[in-house]
Amino acid sequence: MTTDYLKSVAESNQWWALGPEIMLACAALGLLVMEIILPKKDHRFIPFVAIVAQAMVLLTVILNFQTIWLGENLFGGLIKLSPWGQVARVFFLVSSLLVSFLGTICLPRTKLPRVEFYHIVMVVTAAMMLLVHSNHFVMFFVALETVTIGFYILVSYFRDNALTLEAGLKYLVLGALSSAIMLFGIVLLYGAVGKVSLNGITHTGFEFEVLHDFLRHHPDNFLAIAGALLVVGGVAFKIGAFPFQIWIPDVYQGAPTPVTAFLAVSSKAAGFAVLLTLVNQVFTPLAGVLVPVLSLLAAATIIMGNLAALTQRNTKRLMGLSGISHAGYLLIGVVASFTVPWATSAVWFYLCTYLLASMAVFGVMAYLTGPDDTDQTLDHYEHLAKQHPFLGGVLAVGVGSLAGIPPLAGFMGKLLLFIVAFQAELYPLLAIAIGGVVLSIYYYFGWIKSAYFEAWRPAATAPTAAPQFAITIPSLGGKLILGLLALATLLLGCYPGPLSHWLPF
Amino acid sequence: MNSLHAQLLQLAIATPLVAALIIAGGLPKRFAVKLAGVAFVVPALIAAWLWQQFPAEGGATYHYLSNMDTGLGRFGITLKLGLNGIALPLFLLAATVGLAAGLYALRSGAERLKLYLMLLLIMQGGLLGVFASVDIFFFYFFHELALIPTFIMVGIWGGRDRNYAAMKMTIYLTAGALLSLLGLIAIYVKSGAQSFDLIELKAALAHQGLAPTAQKYIFGLLLFGFGTLVSLWPLHTWAPLGYGAAPSSAAMLHAGVLKKFGLYGLIQIALPLLPAGAQTWAWQLALLAGIGNVLVIGFITLAQRDLKQMLGYSSVMHMGYCFLGISCLSAIGTGGVVLLMVAHGLSVALLFMLATSVHHRTHTFDLAEMGGLAQKTPVLAACFVAGTMASIGLPAFANFWGELAIFVALWKFSPGLTAVAVAGVVISAIYGLRAVARIFFGPPSEHLQQVMAQHPPADLGWGERLPALILLAALLWLGFYPQALSRSIDQALPVGLASVSAGSVTVSPVQP
Repeated sequence: MTTDYLKSVAESNQWWALGPEIMLACAALGLLVMEIILPKKDHRFIPFVAIVAQAMVLLTVILNFQTIWLGENLFGGLIKLSPWGQVARVFFLVSSLLVSFLGTICLPRTKLPRVEFYHIVMVVTAAMMLLVHSNHFVMFFVALETVTIGFYILVSYFRDNALTLEAGLKYLVLGALSSAIMLFGIVLLYGAVGKVSLNGITHTGFEFEVLHDFLRHHPDNFLAIAGALLVVGGVAFKIGAFPFQIWIPDVYQGAPTPVTAFLAVSSKAAGFAVLLTLVNQVFTPLAGVLVPVLSLLAAATIIMGNLAALTQRNTKRLMGLSGISHAGYLLIGVVASFTVPWATSAVWFYLCTYLLASMAVFGVMAYLTGPDDTDQTLDHYEHLAKQHPFLGGVLAVGVGSLAGIPPLAGFMGKLLLFIVAFQAELYPLLAIAIGGVVLSIYYYFGWIKSAYFEAWRPAATAPTAAPQFAITIPSLGGKLILGLLALATLLLGCYPGPLSHWLPF
Repeated sequence: MNSLHAQLLQLAIATPLVAALIIAGGLPKRFAVKLAGVAFVVPALIAAWLWQQFPAEGGATYHYLSNMDTGLGRFGITLKLGLNGIALPLFLLAATVGLAAGLYALRSGAERLKLYLMLLLIMQGGLLGVFASVDIFFFYFFHELALIPTFIMVGIWGGRDRNYAAMKMTIYLTAGALLSLLGLIAIYVKSGAQSFDLIELKAALAHQGLAPTAQKYIFGLLLFGFGTLVSLWPLHTWAPLGYGAAPSSAAMLHAGVLKKFGLYGLIQIALPLLPAGAQTWAWQLALLAGIGNVLVIGFITLAQRDLKQMLGYSSVMHMGYCFLGISCLSAIGTGGVVLLMVAHGLSVALLFMLATSVHHRTHTFDLAEMGGLAQKTPVLAACFVAGTMASIGLPAFANFWGELAIFVALWKFSPGLTAVAVAGVVISAIYGLRAVARIFFGPPSEHLQQVMAQHPPADLGWGERLPALILLAALLWLGFYPQALSRSIDQALPVGLASVSAGSVTVSPVQP
C-alpha cells in the first residue's frame, strides 16, 4: 500500500462507509478522556454518556440503513458492506446498549474502576461490526483478535473474585488456542491457493472472492479442506459448539453478569454472522465436506447442551449450557443455508428473538445478584413472583421465550428454523432438535417453577422462612427497559411482522 | 351479513383475551370479576347465535371466513378464521364449557382470584381460537395459548403433588405438541401449497395426494403427537395425575375441551389430507385404543379410590372410544366421534366440577371416607348421578348417540374390538355407579361425621348450580335432539371416507 493509494482512499471518502465503527471507537476514547479531565464527582455521568453515544451511533446506522456502499468492495477488498452486515450492526449496537445498561446495575456494587468497562464494551462492539464486514482474512483475523482480547479483560473484570480470575484464565488459554487453530486454517487456505499459482492470485490468497473462486475449481484440494475445517473450528469456539463448548459453563459463571450477557448474545451472534458469511460466500463449494461436519456438530451441540443443563442449578451456568443448545439449533439453520437461501434470515430472526429474551433474563439476574456475582442458584428465585411481580413477569416471558413457548417470540424463531430444516430435508437433525426442545422445557420450566410455584405444604404446617436474598429494586429506567424487552418478546410472538419485514428475507 | 358474522366470530375469540389483558393491566378486583363474567358470557351468546345462523346444508364448507395478516404471509401464515360442520359443534362446546367453568370460577373464592380469572380467560380465548382456526399454524398456536395457563394453574392452585404434576404435564404435552407441529410443518412443506391454510392445503392435495410413504410418516407423527395430547395409551400417564392436581375450572376446560384438540386435528386435518396414511395406521391405532385405553385403563379405573383420579382415568378410557371411532375410517364412526367429543366434554366438565363441590363438603377425595351425602345435598346428588349416567352412555344423554354410532361403525371394522368396547361400557358402569353409591348413599364414614359436625354441608348454591344446570341441559338437549349437531357434522365429514370402510355406510349417524 503506497501513500498514493491511501490518498485515493481518502479522496474517495470510503471512510464514510465505516462511519459507525469510527464514531463508536472515538466515543470510547472520549470516555477515557472524560475520566481524566472531569472532576471525580462527575464521573457518575460517564456511563450515561456511553449509553447516549451508543444510542446515537445506533440511530445513524438505522437512518443510513440503505447505505450507498452496499455490496461494494472497499479499501481494496478488505471490507465489503452487505445487507446482513447492516442488520448485524444494529444487532450489536442494541446488544451493547443493553450490556451497558446491565453494567449500570452491576458495577456500582463494586469498588472497581467503571469507565474502562464501557470503553472496552464499545471497542469490542466496533470490532465485531468490522468483523462481519470483513472480506479478507487478514482484516477478519485482526478484527476477531480485537474482540477476543477485549473479552479477556472483560471476563476477569471483577479481579477480586477467585472464580472470576479462574474464568479469565480459562478464557485466555482456550481463546488463544482457538485463535491459533483458526490462524493455522487461514494459512493453510492461503497456502493452498498460492500453490497453484494462477495468475496474480498469490498476492491475494486471503481475499474471500479469490478463495471462493479457487475452491470452486478445486473442491477436493486436501489442504484447502483442512484449512476450511480449522477455520470453522475456530468459529465454533466463539459460538460454543461441540467440541469447543468446554469453556462455557466456567467462564459464564465466573464472568460478571453483564459480560456473561455480552458473551452469550454479541459474541455468539458474531460467531454466527461470520459462519454464515464463510459458509455462503467462501466455503460453498465445500458443501460435501462441511454439511456432514456441521450436521454432526449441530447434533452433538444440541444433545450436549441440553443434557448438561438438565441438572444445573446455578443460573449463570444454566444460561451458558442452555446457550450451547441454542447454538445447536442455530447450526441447523447454517447447515440448511447450503440448500435453502432464506435460512440466513431464519438464523437472524432466531438471533434477534434470542437477544430480546436473553437480555430480559440477564436483566432480572443482574437485579437479583447478591454480593457474590458468581453464586446465584434457582433457590434465590423462590418467592420472586410474589414479592416482585414485575421481575417475575419479565423472567417468565424471557425464560418462556428461550424455551420456545408460544405466543412468545422464541417460538416463532424456532418455527422458522424448523421450516427451514424441513425444506432442506434435515430430518435426523429435526428429530434431535425436537428432543432437545423437550429436554429444555424441563430446566426452563424448573426455573419458572422456582419463581412462581411454592412447594405444596399441608395446610396445618406453617410455611418455613425461605432464604432471603438482597434484590436491588429496579429504577424506573430499568423497569422501562426490562418491560420493553418483555413486551417486544410478547408482541413479536403474536405479530412477527415488524421483524420479518425488516430482515432482508 | 356474512361479514358481520365473521366479525362476531373474531369478537368471540378476542373478548376473553382482551378482558385478560385489561385485568392484567391492574383492574380492581370487583371490576375484574364483573368483566370476567361478561367475557365468559359473550362468546357463549355469539356461539349460540352462529350455530343458529349456520346454513342448514352448508356443513361441508367454511363459513364466517375472515383473514388477517401476521407479517408471515411469505410462509402462507395468516390468521384465517371460520367454521365448518365439524368445527361448529366443538366451538359451541368450548363456549358452553367455558361459560360453566368461568361462572364456577367467579364464585370459587380462589386465592389470587384475579390471576386465576386472567389465566382462565386466556385459556378460553385460546380454546375458541383453536376450533375457529382454518389456518393450521394458528390451530396449533391457539392450542399452546390455552395450554400454558393450564400448567401455571396446576402449579399455583393445584392440590397434592402439584409441582410434580405440573412438570409432568408440561413435558408430556409439550413433547406431544412439538411432534404434531412437526407433522403440520411436514404437510406444509410436502404439499407444496406454500400455505398453512387448510382450505388451500386440501385443494393442493385434492388432485395428487402425497406419496404413500410420506403419508405414513406424517400420519404417524400426527397420530403420536396428537395422541399424547389426547392421552392415547401408553402416553396417557400425565392425565390422571394432572387432572388430580388441577384446580376445578382448569380441569373442566382442559379435560372437557382442550383435550379434544388432538382428536379434532386428526379428524379435520389428518384424515382428509392423509387418507393413505390413515389406512396404514388404522389397525395399530385400534389395538392401542381398544386394548390399552378401554380395557387396561378401564381396569385401572376400577381400582381407583380417589374420586379425582378416578375421573381422570375414566376420561382417558373414554378417549379410547374416540380413537376406536377414528380408526374405523368410516363416516359414521368419525361422525360418532365428533358427537362423543362434544358429549364427553360436557359430561366430564360436569363431573370434575361436582367432584370439587363434593370435596368442599367432605374435605376429602377418598371414596372410602365418604357416604350418605345424598340426604344432606339432594341437588348435588341428583346432578352427580345424572353426570355419571351421561358418562356411562345411557340413553337420553348425548354420549349415548356418539357411542352408538362408534359401535355400529366398529362392528364393520372388527367385531372382536366391538366386544371389547362394549365390555368397556360395563366397566365404566361399575366404577361410575360404585362411586355414586360410595359418595351419596350408605352410612357416612367416621371422617365424614366429624367433618359434617364441624361444617354442616349445604346443598349446591347458585354459583355451583347454574354451571351444573347449563352443562346438564346441554347434555339432555343433545340426548333428545342430536340432529342439532349431527347434520352439519355429517356434511363436513371427509369425502370418500365411507368408501374406505368395508361396508356401504351411508346413513347419518342419528335419524330423527
